[in-house]
This record gives sequence, C-alpha cells and structure tokens, in this order.
Amino acid sequence: MGQARFEAPDFYRPGGKYGLLPFHFMQFTPDTKLVVNEVGEHLLLSNSDFDTFITHQLDQGSNLYFDLKAKHFLFDSGSPVPIHLLAIKYRTKKSFLAGFTKLHIFVVTLRCEHSCPYCQVSRVSIDKSRYDMAPETASRALEFVFRSRAHEIKIEFQGGEPLLNFERIRQIVEEAEVLNTSARKQLEFVVCSNLALLTDEMLEFFRKHHVLVSTSLDGPASVHNINRPRPGGNSYELAIKGIHRVQEVLGKERVSALMTTTRHSLRYPREIVNEYVANGFCSIFLRPISPYGFAARTRRATGYTIEQFLDFYKQALDYILELNRSGIFFVELYARLLLTRILTPFPTGYVDLQSPAGAGIGVAVYNYDGDVYATDESRMLAEMGDKKFRLGNVHADSYEQVFGGEFLRTVTASSCVESMPGCADCAFQSFCGADPVHNYATQGDIMGHRPTSEFHKRNFAIIKHLLTIYHSDPIAKEIFWSWVRNAPLYGSQETSQ
Amino acid sequence: MRLYSVGTAVAVQHAIIGRITTATSCGAETGKNCVLLWKHECPPLDYHSYGAILTPYNGCWWDVPPSVPLVHSLRGADYLADGDVVRIDPTGYVRTLYRKTSANNFILTTDRCNSYCLMCSQPPRQINDSDRIAEHLLLIDLIDPETKELVITGGEPTLLKDDFLRLIQACKEKLPRTAVHVLSNGRLFYYRRFAERLAELRHPDIMLGIPLYSDVDSEHDYVVQARGAFEETIIGLHHLAQYSVPVEIRVVVHALTYRRLPKLAEFIVRNFPFAAQVVLMGMETVGFVHKNMAALWIDPHDYQGELADATWTLFRSGLNVRIYNHQLCVLDRRLWPFACKSISDWKNVYLEECRSCALRDACGGFFESAIKKHSAYIRAIRHCELPHAKDPS
Repeated sequence: MGQARFEAPDFYRPGGKYGLLPFHFMQFTPDTKLVVNEVGEHLLLSNSDFDTFITHQLDQGSNLYFDLKAKHFLFDSGSPVPIHLLAIKYRTKKSFLAGFTKLHIFVVTLRCEHSCPYCQVSRVSIDKSRYDMAPETASRALEFVFRSRAHEIKIEFQGGEPLLNFERIRQIVEEAEVLNTSARKQLEFVVCSNLALLTDEMLEFFRKHHVLVSTSLDGPASVHNINRPRPGGNSYELAIKGIHRVQEVLGKERVSALMTTTRHSLRYPREIVNEYVANGFCSIFLRPISPYGFAARTRRATGYTIEQFLDFYKQALDYILELNRSGIFFVELYARLLLTRILTPFPTGYVDLQSPAGAGIGVAVYNYDGDVYATDESRMLAEMGDKKFRLGNVHADSYEQVFGGEFLRTVTASSCVESMPGCADCAFQSFCGADPVHNYATQGDIMGHRPTSEFHKRNFAIIKHLLTIYHSDPIAKEIFWSWVRNAPLYGSQETSQ
Repeated sequence: MRLYSVGTAVAVQHAIIGRITTATSCGAETGKNCVLLWKHECPPLDYHSYGAILTPYNGCWWDVPPSVPLVHSLRGADYLADGDVVRIDPTGYVRTLYRKTSANNFILTTDRCNSYCLMCSQPPRQINDSDRIAEHLLLIDLIDPETKELVITGGEPTLLKDDFLRLIQACKEKLPRTAVHVLSNGRLFYYRRFAERLAELRHPDIMLGIPLYSDVDSEHDYVVQARGAFEETIIGLHHLAQYSVPVEIRVVVHALTYRRLPKLAEFIVRNFPFAAQVVLMGMETVGFVHKNMAALWIDPHDYQGELADATWTLFRSGLNVRIYNHQLCVLDRRLWPFACKSISDWKNVYLEECRSCALRDACGGFFESAIKKHSAYIRAIRHCELPHAKDPS
C-alpha cells in the first residue's frame, strides 16, 4: 500500500556495479562502433563511450547508461525484466520456425519456351512425358504438403514455365482446396510464370481460386529481351501484355514481378526501376543471378563480380529513394526485408535468409518427377547432376523419411549463423541468415567459408549500406520506415525533424 | 459540472442506489431500484412504487409514510435526468453514479492503490472499501445497456482481485454492447493466472489502459513511487498480450518523463508492438500534483519536440497513437492529427481566451484544474492562420 511521503529518485536506483549482457559489435565508422543485442536492437556509440561502457565506468544516471539498459546491453539488479524481454523477443524473432514447412514449391514441368542464359533450370523440350509432373505425383505431393503442421501454407507453381502444364496446376489447386475443407489452413497459391502463354481461361481460373501471379520483368525491352530470349524475341511484349491483363482481371495487388540482374542490366539501374513504376508496380526485388543451373555454365557471358552487383544495387536503391522523396511510394523488397529485421521485433518469412536456414523446414520443393528437395536451389543443383539436397521421393519415401531424416537434421544444425564460423561473432548476425545450398554450390561445403563467400559479401555490404543511410539521412530513414510499414509516407511535411 | 447535490433526508436508513425516473404515467418504471425525481410542489400520488423519492421542493409537510425514503429540498439537482443512476446517503447527499446522456461514465471501484504516483489525480486512500462491490454490481444492473463505453477505474481496480473479475463478468452479461475500458497499473497481471482468468471471461470489447512512464525501471518506479512496479507492469503487459487481452499504453507527460519520451516510444515499438493504442497525455494538475508541482511542472510548449519525436516514432512503426489533454494552440501542428478531445465532459472547460479561437470546437480544451495552472502559450488561433484545405483528422 501507499506510503505517506514521496521518495527521491535515488531510492529506486540500484546501487553497485552493472554487468554486460551478450551483444555483438563492430567498428562501424572510424569514430563509431555499432552494438547489436541478441534480438537485433542496435545503437551507435562513439569509440570513447564504447570503451567507458565495456570497462564498467559508465555514470549510472547518464542517458547513455539508460539507453544501453533499456535495450538490454547491460543489467544492474536482480530484476528478471531484461531476460524476460530478451526471451520473448528472441521467441518472436524465431517464430518463423513454428509450424514447420510453410512454402511448398511444385515444379509442374521443366519445359519452357524461353531460353534465358541465366536460367537456373529449364528444358526446352517437347517431350512432355519426360519433364511434366504426373497427376499421381501431384496428389502424392499434396499429401506431404498437408502433413505440415503450419497453419499458413503457400503453394507455389514453378517450372520451367508452369503454364505449359496448366492441367496440373488446375488439379493441384482443386485437390488442395478439397483437402483444405477439413485441414482448414490459411492456403495461398502463387504461379510463377513468364505470362507468354497466359490465356483468358487460365486467368479466369486464377481469379476464381485467388491465385497470385509472380512474373519476371528484367527492365525495358532492350534489357529484358536480351536477358530473356524466346522464339520471336518478344518476351518483353508478352510479359507486359500479361502483366496488364492480370492487373485488370485479378487486381493490381495480385501480381508481382521479379528481376534478375545480368551483366547487361548493370548499366541500367534507373531504366529498370522506371520500367517497374511505369507498369504499375509499387516494388521491385533487385536480385543477383543465382549460381545454379545454366547460370553457372553461362557465367562468363552473363556474370559479374559481387562488387559490380553492389554498385548496381546501390545506384538503383539511390534512385528508388529519390522516387520516394518525390512522393512516389516504391519499395525495394530486399531492403525492406533487411530493414524489417533491423527495425522491428518481427521475423520475415523469407526462406533464403534465415537461421537455421529455411531449407526443408521453411520450404520444400516437389520436382516434376516426385523428388523432394530442400530448396528451389537444391533441385537446380540436382539438374546439374548433384543430388546432395534431395530429401527423398514422394512415391518411394514416407513423409517422416523425407522431412525427419538425418540429412535434413544435419543441414539445419549446420545452418545456424549463431554458430557458423565468421557469422557467430558478426555484428549483423541477427539481421542475416544462412544458405547452406548456396555455400555448397559455390564453396563445396554446407558451412561455407565467409571470407571468400559472395553471399556474405553481398549481405554484409547491403546491411551496412542500409544502416549507414538510416543513420545519416533523416528523410531516407522515414522512407525506410514507410517500407517496413508498407504504407506511403504520411505527407512530406509530417516527417520528423 | 456537478455530480452531487445535498438535500434533507427523511427515513433514509442506509445508502440507496437507484435509477432516476421523472415519469409517473401508466407503464412508467417503478420498483425498489427506481428513484422518483418529483419536480412538482404538490406531493406525488403514489409513494409506494419507488425505492426512494427525490424532490427539489420542501416536502417536509408531505404525508410520506415512514417506510418510504425521501430526500427533499434537494438543491441544484437540475442535471438529474431519466435513466441516471444515483446513490442516496442517509445524510441527504445524492451522488450521480451514472449519467445516461454522458459519454464519460465510470465506476470508481476502490480508493486503494498499490502505487503512489507523484502526479496521481485521485490520491489513493488506505481504507477497506471492499464491500463496495455490491454497489458496483447493482450499478451495472441499472446502467442503460445502450451505453457505448464504461470506464472501470480507481484507485487500482485489480486490487479487488476476484471481485474485479466478477465486475467484468457482470459487464459482459448485463452490458454486452458496452465497451469496457479498465484503467489499471497492470501490476497484478504479473501473476499469469490472473491475466488468464480475465481472458477466460471473454469480454467482447474490453481494453486495459496501463501506464508506462519510462523505458528504464528505476525511473518508472520513481514516478509511481513503488519499487518493482516496472517489472510487474512489463511482465503484466506481456501476460495480457499472451492471452489476447487488448492493452493501451498510457504515458503522462511531465517534467520527469518528457526527456526520455522518444526513447520510451522506441521501447514500446520493440517490446509492446501488440498495443492496441498508445496514448500520450498532458498532466491534470490536481491531487498529488500540487504537492509535487516543482518536480513535475513543465509548460507543454517546452516539450513539443520530444512529444513530436515520440509520436512519430510510434506512428511510423504502425502503432495507433493518440494525444490526450493538449490544446491545439500549444500542440506542434504536426501533431494535430493525433490530438483527441479526451477530457471527460464533467471536468472539461475552456478559457476566456478560447472564445475567439477558430479551432475551439476541434480542440479538447482543458481540465477544470487548468484554470489555475496552464501553459503560458494559450492563445486564440485566427482563421487566417489555418492551413487552407487542411483536414486535421
């Protein structure tokens, strides 16, 4: 119960020394150190403040002391609050693990009428029986999908060009909907198509069954058609026509596009972004080429150094920020993904950058022949002859054998940035993730070797770039927040400072 | 505005709670819980159909039987209206517990509190008032079920423990369409089972407004004058969230809280992203504030930078932010969209200066107590100062 008089502030302040809680740090600029706690909250400290802090000499009534305490970099009493808050936020950050595999990719055919040199997998083949998924394989794979305990299930159709086997898409969607009448999951479908073969009948089916469309758009015609050759050289024209048709019939928010950066793209960051804006998109995902499939073989023609890619990425990001400054809400999706991790307590559902990696436990791929792979990249690797990440086959193996096997356990255990050499002590650890398949494909080893890893170089550089902008450019900071919130800025005069 | 009147009590043996009726026509409400407000000089025809009778007239000559409680010569009771609920003391003191026409009804559950906030507007008293629950439950029975919102306040309502849960249960049963807003320090929800039991009541529209004054334990504990309060409130908030009970985080801005307000906002974004809303409030200068004025007072004009920072930090993260108890003329213009008319009608006033203000109707005005102590920057805003075609909502 209350007392008769009021106590002074010192009465409530703990006496004695403070202790440090676990955190990562790095020299961010010559004058400042970045400190990041276990759940991704960060502070920039001057070198001298940092030294005072870690040598236990901070004034316990100073603002800096309070800042570090409120973000759980230090503790000064027996209070369970710092551990409670860290634990609950750690659970939140790792909540993507709950429910097990959420993304299920169906490779309904390997055939494609495009012949993109950077393609990760495809067969320009008319031999239907050889590279199309059979109806019974689709049904069996669906049984696996519905064995996952995840409440949210996303079924993604890939290829090849999945529309070449539209009958299988139809079958899978309809069967999944029937299975879901009892499973009652939050079910979502996405078809990843170049849209060249899109018909009204297909569109009507997508509309009726709420199928989302993801397509490829590499930039203006001059870039796109060089990157994505097909008979007639009209990939761009067909993609644009398809995009507009889908926007019209399904709605603007039901179609998204991915771009792949080739050597040819590097010179056109603005043109590529403009192409997206002009076609009604509110976002772009600036992707490097994956070192798989045909892309690995054609690397000399299409490839570039990681430095070249980063240069391209930064130019494009700069331009995108410029657009946002002028009032156009337009998001770079990879930046948004990383910023969400940096600025919020929430995880992201992106399977290619998680810890432990999403391979198998976040995503599974059902290949046309019934083979199950841990990631999309794993089956691309398999098409190159290396079936290292093949988890089993829907006909030959049980769900338990495929998803509970020793191999997947090993991959998962070996893909935690918390323990991986070079990642374990990285200040960006809680923003980043692991990609064991990428490591294996490029470095011959699941763990990988950070100092020579392009995956590491790219993510490290982009995270550092985003943090630098965030802390030096007040307007860009607000734009970044608007991306995280996924809503336009409130009006330029309302930005803080 | 007055919420009580005094008259001469006759045959009021114990406190009576009842609902006001002024009509005596056929079919009008009668019964033990019905209080007839008789506004005529001549006596009413029927004495027996009511739990009590109130009249502004001198009814000492009326031939009221000794079994019928009467308060006559009730002064200044014009505010009483049909559907209101009053409590009649044996002393002739008539207090309004509920006003049908008001949007600001509340139940003051207890005077006790386990905190002792420096700026408490309703200083707690260490008394045993646990028997008041019966009156609260009766009050809930008598409140119009069409009431939009009911505030459960104190003191600290959760100190009623089981009776607090009974109260919420009664609200759910008797007032299923009424939003219930509980003002609590949240400390008792440190006990997980208590939060779980509240959630198990499944009230359809409840929110707990819980104050947080700092991102640092010692600073919060100092403001609420209770060691360990921060820990209990923080964990309490998470327990409520775990059981999906909507929470509102409330911050009173004053000289001891404004400096770290932007940091507190960051803390809320990272630790309580589930908050249904965050309310940043100006201080009401009553109660303990007078005792601690030197430590607490800052002209709201002087913390607008911190307030704007904090508001923006919360807003851009997607949280629903509201600013209460601030006058538009003092508030940073960027914050106008967040300002609410938040002061309860019975203590809401405007100053002389406000008469000529172009935004008087949009502005929330002042607490009654602000007549004596308010910002030095209060001034009427002229039409020509308003940004043209700018809608502040």
